[in-house]
Amino acid sequence: MNPSADYVPFIALPVEWEWTLMKSGQVLGIMILLLVSLAFLLLFDRKVWAAVQLRKGPNVVGPFGLLQSFADFFKFVFKEIVIPAGANKTVFILAPLITFVLAFVGWAVVPWGPNVVIADLNVGILYLFAISSLGVYGIIMGGWASNSKYPFLGALRSAAQMVSYEVSIGFIIITVLLLVGSLNLTTIVDAQRDGIWMWHGFRLFNFGEFPNNILVGVVMLAMLVMFFVSALAETNRPPFDLPEAESELVAGYQVEYSSTPYLLFMIGEYLNIVLMCAMTSILFLGGWHLPWGPVDNPALGMLIFYVKIWIMFFMFAMVKAIVPRYRYDQLMRLGWKIFLPTSLAAVVAIGYYVTFLAPAATTSVAGG
Amino acid sequence: MLASIAFYVLSAIAVISAFAVIAARNPVHSVLFLILTFFTAAGLFVLLGAEFLAMLLVVVYVGAVAVLFLFVVMMLDVDFAELKQGFLSYMPIGAIVALALLGELGLVASAAMSADGAPIALAPAAPGAVTNAEQIGQVLYTDYLLVFQLAGLILFVAMIGAIVLTLRHRPGVKKQDIAAQVGRKRAEGVELKDIRPGQGIG
Repeated sequence: MNPSADYVPFIALPVEWEWTLMKSGQVLGIMILLLVSLAFLLLFDRKVWAAVQLRKGPNVVGPFGLLQSFADFFKFVFKEIVIPAGANKTVFILAPLITFVLAFVGWAVVPWGPNVVIADLNVGILYLFAISSLGVYGIIMGGWASNSKYPFLGALRSAAQMVSYEVSIGFIIITVLLLVGSLNLTTIVDAQRDGIWMWHGFRLFNFGEFPNNILVGVVMLAMLVMFFVSALAETNRPPFDLPEAESELVAGYQVEYSSTPYLLFMIGEYLNIVLMCAMTSILFLGGWHLPWGPVDNPALGMLIFYVKIWIMFFMFAMVKAIVPRYRYDQLMRLGWKIFLPTSLAAVVAIGYYVTFLAPAATTSVAGG
Repeated sequence: MLASIAFYVLSAIAVISAFAVIAARNPVHSVLFLILTFFTAAGLFVLLGAEFLAMLLVVVYVGAVAVLFLFVVMMLDVDFAELKQGFLSYMPIGAIVALALLGELGLVASAAMSADGAPIALAPAAPGAVTNAEQIGQVLYTDYLLVFQLAGLILFVAMIGAIVLTLRHRPGVKKQDIAAQVGRKRAEGVELKDIRPGQGIG
């Protein structure tokens, strides 16, 4: 909250207010960047899906269908908003708004590059975790307020599913925190600056500390895979899209939604997916750093981070295209009986490494 | 100044939504207002410089506990007219509890204020480079490790107790054998039959 001491204002405004204006500008910039990227990510998602099924995908609006998302946007916005007669009107309208706002709020702490971050919180990763755990409210409120059977069933499924996978996500984050010794996202990225062998997902390649890198490397690679799967479940993406399983629940919690409220739900859902992609690249894939060395140029760093988000999104799109949907009891079993014990064991293993095996340099906080 | 604006906005929302929790007629609305109260309380923690506590409040209470509250309350099928009937007979006991709580709050407030109204019991926000998370970790896992672990053990026993009390083994319930499901091969599940035209499967 405090502007730095040597800060020189260039307009005749109190420093505090000018700082607020500057941050608002940054927020606006990030929002526009995200929304425009999202338009093309949606198209990319559909194109990947189509390519896997040997189709062309959207190819009519604009060259290669590039403007398809904008056409969809106008179609959504100009349709009539239908509110069911039995619905709880306030909560019904509030639910998509909450999903939409929460999807943006998380981006406040995401570091895009060296010193390119809106709020450099000490507890950045906890903040992200907290915001992503709130995402369930939009869904459960929407499902309840619709006052209809299928949306309600979808909402209940979703609540159970998201709460379950949050637990394992929490433990996976703890393994990374133990290795870094900080909750600050910029510090987490900079701990991986040397190269791909220091990225938390690929510590196996860190031949410098030979026998121990196998323990850490194998555990952290497993954590990367588990984080990816948990992220799929947390964002209700296929193969875990049971809240809106169209073969059983029509469209789950969003059956009764149309027009702009539906659009808000959809944007919120996709933004959460992109946020999870960003989290994966920050925690496991070195953030804005290149595989062969550190990057200190803010513009280049942003570009690299942006490309990593797209690569992770490509993985999400491929999973959607390839993997068939899980059965609900299998989903719960995977979360509670496999991921939870495995991630707990990983926390113990990494804790052992940090306390007894790690070279003194990496045990900066956790050891002392 | 921005900090004081934030403080007054957050505390006003917290007080109003806390009142709405007991005033709302629909129990689901009550829970939603409760969540709003938790959330604004987290905001107040941030203003006090206790950002780690704030995040834990959001993760644990808003993100997990309140979701389960909401889950249960939405499933309830309550007859509100029936609930309202006994209201007057519970009134005296409720009033006594409320008065006792108010008195306790007054005592705490008077203990935390000096004569000129300035707070005295508040610790200064994180001195120097030691962050919130480290301070709390120091207290929980180094200074009071044994007590903390004991508290965890007691909670664990309570959880097992709740499960044991509600666990019933009913006969004749079909159970899934996951190993059998996963270990199933194509040859056991699918059979290819050569059907002659016009005959069908006899």
